[in-house]
Amino acid sequence: MEELVFTRPRYLKKAPFHYCPGCGHSIIHRLVAEVIEELGIGDRTIGVPPAGCAVIAYDYFDVDMGEAPHGRGPAVATGIKRILPDRIVFSYQGDGDIAAIGTAETIHAANRGENITVIFVNNSCYGMTGGQMAPTTLLGQNSTTTPGGRDARRDGAPIDLSEILALTRGAVYIERTAVSSLKNIMRTKKAITKAFKTQMEGKGFSLVEILSPCPTNWKMSTIDACRRIDESVVQTFPLKVIKDETG
Amino acid sequence: MRGSQVIGEAAVRAGCRFYAGYPITPQNELPEFMSGAMADLEDGTFIQAESEIAAINMVIGASMAGARAMTSSSSPGISLKQEGISFLAGLELPAVIVNVMRGGPGLGNIAPSQGDYFQATRGGGHGDYRAIVLAPAHGQELADLTRDAFEYADRYRTPVMILADGMMGQMMEPVVFPDAVNPAKLPRKSWILDGARERPSRIIRSLILDTVEMEEHNWKLARKYRMISTEIPRAETYMTEDARLVVIAYGTAARIARGGIRRAREMGLKVGLLRPVTLWPFPDRAIREMSRLVKDFMVFEMNTGQMVEDVRLALEGRSAVHFYGRPGGIISTPDEVGKAISSLYYRQHLKEGP
Repeated sequence: MEELVFTRPRYLKKAPFHYCPGCGHSIIHRLVAEVIEELGIGDRTIGVPPAGCAVIAYDYFDVDMGEAPHGRGPAVATGIKRILPDRIVFSYQGDGDIAAIGTAETIHAANRGENITVIFVNNSCYGMTGGQMAPTTLLGQNSTTTPGGRDARRDGAPIDLSEILALTRGAVYIERTAVSSLKNIMRTKKAITKAFKTQMEGKGFSLVEILSPCPTNWKMSTIDACRRIDESVVQTFPLKVIKDETG
Repeated sequence: MRGSQVIGEAAVRAGCRFYAGYPITPQNELPEFMSGAMADLEDGTFIQAESEIAAINMVIGASMAGARAMTSSSSPGISLKQEGISFLAGLELPAVIVNVMRGGPGLGNIAPSQGDYFQATRGGGHGDYRAIVLAPAHGQELADLTRDAFEYADRYRTPVMILADGMMGQMMEPVVFPDAVNPAKLPRKSWILDGARERPSRIIRSLILDTVEMEEHNWKLARKYRMISTEIPRAETYMTEDARLVVIAYGTAARIARGGIRRAREMGLKVGLLRPVTLWPFPDRAIREMSRLVKDFMVFEMNTGQMVEDVRLALEGRSAVHFYGRPGGIISTPDEVGKAISSLYYRQHLKEGP
């Protein structure tokens, strides 16, 4: 007897990912889809994709999906959730989307304690537009708009959005993880599960920030990109539970 | 009731169950009314948003989830909402947006103005789209057009703007409200996002990278706008039967114009009024038909001349188009407009006509 041990999650469509080789989005999409399946919420989940590399996430997630303008995911998710409070609503956002153009929407959704879940993918650059400086770009990191490296005096330092969000009273659960290794991927899945459970239990705003490799714009191999996360990115954005008031 | 509150009560009676807004004068009475009205409803949601942008995006979400949803603001705030209005058009989502216009550009002032006509009727945001624009001129119409706005929004799956001004928002007039609609009894929308239970998952998107598909989407929207243009243009006339000069004005300006026309009539001048009720679609057929008998039109606006361009386009040179306007929040008196009418009347030698 053959036993099926690995297959496509129920809530990923049968479509090949368009993401670059080594990109973290494919892994994170899979993790989110697995969690939705394991929690049995696929028929009552509504997702809100961002503007950015994951803009066509609705071509992959097999749940109801509604597009938001750049950075406005938490506001759109707020509108959906308030009308349908018994559904599970998540936004999926990149660092430029959530920590630059959408900062206000994010902070205030968290502060209101909106009972939604945010998947925040931090690859420390604007991937889709070709690798410009993001709010999360590390000091000294080269990008197409910081030739010679990000300079704090000229460009500002990377922003710790998750820590800022943790200061809001409505944020209940915030954790930063990575998809740079098998161990970190498993931790990320645990965090995503906990974030969705936080929402299912009606506890309030939950967010998982996921450090994700961008081999294309970092101009590295996938292995080197993962190593960069583990050795360098975590120095600026340490992996940890930033806030947990679910207990 | 104040005009702003009339819009609020009419919205609730139209089945509106979601309102998000941000404070800006001169329309604060509307969100204040909605905060109380929504709290009184079991299924009502009011959110004071952190910004105009957040408010319109919350409306996008509520509309995706199937609710009748509304936001309101005044001119500078409407500029901020334009991104969301463009998305509503592209995503084909119904929503109602109220603009209680004030003086501009920039912060301008908080006095009544009609400076946002171009922005409202040309779509306002980016991309190839139109938004329905309704222009109430009295209390009863604030109630009736608010009901129509929600009906049009759902029927055509498109954003609808109610274009009022500070005067309309503040004035108090008796109103008979239409019966309340129970939102649970409205026809079920087949496209909403409420979880893919026993049906395939749905996507609401405006991103269409394939140029052929995007062109088809644009033509689909264009066909819808053409249908709207044939189905809902509306205008009201006043004393036009024997008129040699017809004033064209909307909203508050139309009310002032009526007073001016009455004064001109007392002087024996044959003057009437054509008042567009829908600004987009513009009632150009009504104006064109009138041009068979009327050779002089005077457009009166509370700006430096915006709707006058649509009147010229409607007439295509068939009649002379004159303009009288006061921008900046100046509210002309009926006497002043009456004088503008009579001097134009004599200048065009209409007194001597056949």
